[in-house]
Amino acid sequence: MQHKMILSGNEGVARGAWEAGVGMGIGYPGTPSTEIVEALAKMEGPMVAWAVNEKVALEQAYGACVTGLRSLVTMKHVGLNVAADPLFTTAYMGVNGGLVIAVADDPGMHSSQNEQDNRWYALHAKVPMLEPSDSRECRDFTRLAFELSERHDVPFLLRLVTRVSHSRGVVEIDPAAEYRRRSRSYERNVPKYVVLPAHARARRVVLEENLKRLLADPDARAVNTMEITGSEVGIITSGASYNYVKEAFGDRYSVLKLGLVYPVDGELIREFAAKVRRVYVVEELDPYLETHVRALGVACEGKKYISPFFELNPQAVATSLAGAGLEPLEQLEPATPEPVAGIPARPPMLCAGCPHRAFFYLARREKIMVVGDIGCYTLGAMPPLDGIDVSACMGGGFSIALGIGTNLPEGEKVFGVLGDSTFYHSGITGAVDAVFNRRPIVPVVLDNRSTAMTGHQENPGTGRTLDGEPTVMQDPERIFRAVGFDRVLVVNAYDLEGIRNAIREAKTSRDRVAIVVKAPCRLLKESRRGPAREVARDNCTKCKNCLRLGCPALSLDGEGYPAVDPLACAGCGLCEQVCRHQAVRVQEKGVTS
Amino acid sequence: MMAEGTKRVMFAGVGGQGILLASRVLAEGLLRAGLDVKSTEVHGMAQRGGSVVTQVCFGERVYSPLAGPGAIDILVTLEKLEALRYVHFLKRSGTLLANMREIPSLPVLTGAVPYPRDIEERLASFPVSLYLIDADREAERLGNPRVMNVVLLGAMLRLAGLDGLVDWKEVVAGAVRPQYREVNLIALEAGMRLL
Repeated sequence: MQHKMILSGNEGVARGAWEAGVGMGIGYPGTPSTEIVEALAKMEGPMVAWAVNEKVALEQAYGACVTGLRSLVTMKHVGLNVAADPLFTTAYMGVNGGLVIAVADDPGMHSSQNEQDNRWYALHAKVPMLEPSDSRECRDFTRLAFELSERHDVPFLLRLVTRVSHSRGVVEIDPAAEYRRRSRSYERNVPKYVVLPAHARARRVVLEENLKRLLADPDARAVNTMEITGSEVGIITSGASYNYVKEAFGDRYSVLKLGLVYPVDGELIREFAAKVRRVYVVEELDPYLETHVRALGVACEGKKYISPFFELNPQAVATSLAGAGLEPLEQLEPATPEPVAGIPARPPMLCAGCPHRAFFYLARREKIMVVGDIGCYTLGAMPPLDGIDVSACMGGGFSIALGIGTNLPEGEKVFGVLGDSTFYHSGITGAVDAVFNRRPIVPVVLDNRSTAMTGHQENPGTGRTLDGEPTVMQDPERIFRAVGFDRVLVVNAYDLEGIRNAIREAKTSRDRVAIVVKAPCRLLKESRRGPAREVARDNCTKCKNCLRLGCPALSLDGEGYPAVDPLACAGCGLCEQVCRHQAVRVQEKGVTS
Repeated sequence: MMAEGTKRVMFAGVGGQGILLASRVLAEGLLRAGLDVKSTEVHGMAQRGGSVVTQVCFGERVYSPLAGPGAIDILVTLEKLEALRYVHFLKRSGTLLANMREIPSLPVLTGAVPYPRDIEERLASFPVSLYLIDADREAERLGNPRVMNVVLLGAMLRLAGLDGLVDWKEVVAGAVRPQYREVNLIALEAGMRLL
């Protein structure tokens, strides 16, 4: 008896892995992939964990796979850059238990620093890739990926995008299904599992054979589907783009939907192209499929009409292909042709009471150069805080600062700033390098005891594993000392004077000084709210200095005085500290203005 | 309302206003009514006090969870400025259900720009059916300001003619924590009576 449920794409992946008897699920949090591991953790059976970073996650999963367990690894698109090293080589080595790497791209960069198209990784690393278009396919393709991975001795990539991971749709599941952990026996096999050059050369050939065999597998071919509804126009597409094509055109044009986007089935594409007069390729981001189709010698158009950047949607596809004479099902008349211009933006911002705020507020005032990193604290770059000069990638907060440190005026230092989870992810190596190469950097960890941006996952500093079990609680201060910093200044995140003194001391000292700014994320249960503040108009000179904190609880009232929203105020007291006129004070009971 | 073709509802507001719950309840009810439904949400950095948007598309057979500008039948906005920001997603003659609540965004908070004072007049100038309600005041009257989202959901279901489709109270009851069940059910009914 099947039961219809609404699942997100991420929940679909978790369900598929569970149904496939996955033994291990592991990843590093990253939007939009995070909820796969979280959903799997709620299911009975598999061992589920957060790794310190994506490379460590893939390597752990590979280890489990060598022992015969089916293993699932999850990460966001840029995480695969971190995990690329084991990706390329494990393709040669092949698997024992099935290995599936679910990786979520973010076209349109809703929550990311780039919109790299990870389909190229499949081609580049020679790792087969399935691309589901909705939650049902997320479940089905994940299950299939485990089967095919074991059958053809290759790891599998599962490519998701934001509009698949974070979309919800109907999935039929069997409520009586039970978890049955799949496991194969391990046999020592040095030529397969030890990639000495001589072994790797042999495995290189095996990989090509595996891919060829996979492409001939009827189960793999079954995910590529042809819908022939006419002989004039044929559209080749995959994943989320398939949804947009069908929503825009219905059955008006023939469609070839590729579920397996690497290796690409050239024979099938030729067969499809022979059935229609004109071929169009509709895909989000890069001309990945289009390049393949053209290489086959099949005439087609794709990026001539379809934008090569940002997200697509049904209307964008319809409008783009109108240029090629294609007609959508619906002729839409918008309420207004353009977005309303000139209205205030609503960018994301640090929360009221955020422990990251004070450091960035001071960074600008102390005129220090700051290299930032990836996390909530990247928002420290937004005006009015404006406290970051450079920020690129996880761990780069320290390492980019190392390079900047080589070209500073004599006696100056650069500050590298990252969060606790990022510190454990890839920050520690940069700290070691700073000592090793004697770079004039001040590494700073904004330690809020959480992986906050992605929804408060555990990390090595929280003292708990994903399943809530107690574990060793790492401490950035001890690590800084261990790698050779002379002094580590530990300051309270809400002590403006303390942070200012730490910055000044670190900047001028001849010692190797690191800083740890500590306070738990305001959204955590253990974080305590202070008493709400209010503005005393008698003392207020309307200097607006408090507004330069960029706090959501502080705004100008109708008469030009700053006002505290007592419901939003977390009582952190920073506004009281930055006020030079003693105009901000703890709210008196019963007073609401 | 239940005519041919896919219908599309969009919710827009500010992180923390309860948009995800409202759109998930809507999707769940539509599923129970035997319809195909797909919805889309954006999480992550976009939520830290920024604009939050969800869409719910339903019909006999839905392919895309996402709709572009000009394709939305009903736009529900939980914050007034967000109504102006997303009104271009509506079809001509679409329905705009806008909550009166004002939440200053970052450039307003810092005093860089004022919060627009003419939003209602500007909204009225578009060829859509406009319904302005104060769902926050209604929620406060009911004893819990946080159920504003469910008040709006109730009003939307009535406007869309979906209120009799399934037992929405049952759907809401299944989506909220037991201690908040009562007030959410009252909020749903209040929302349905509001217009």
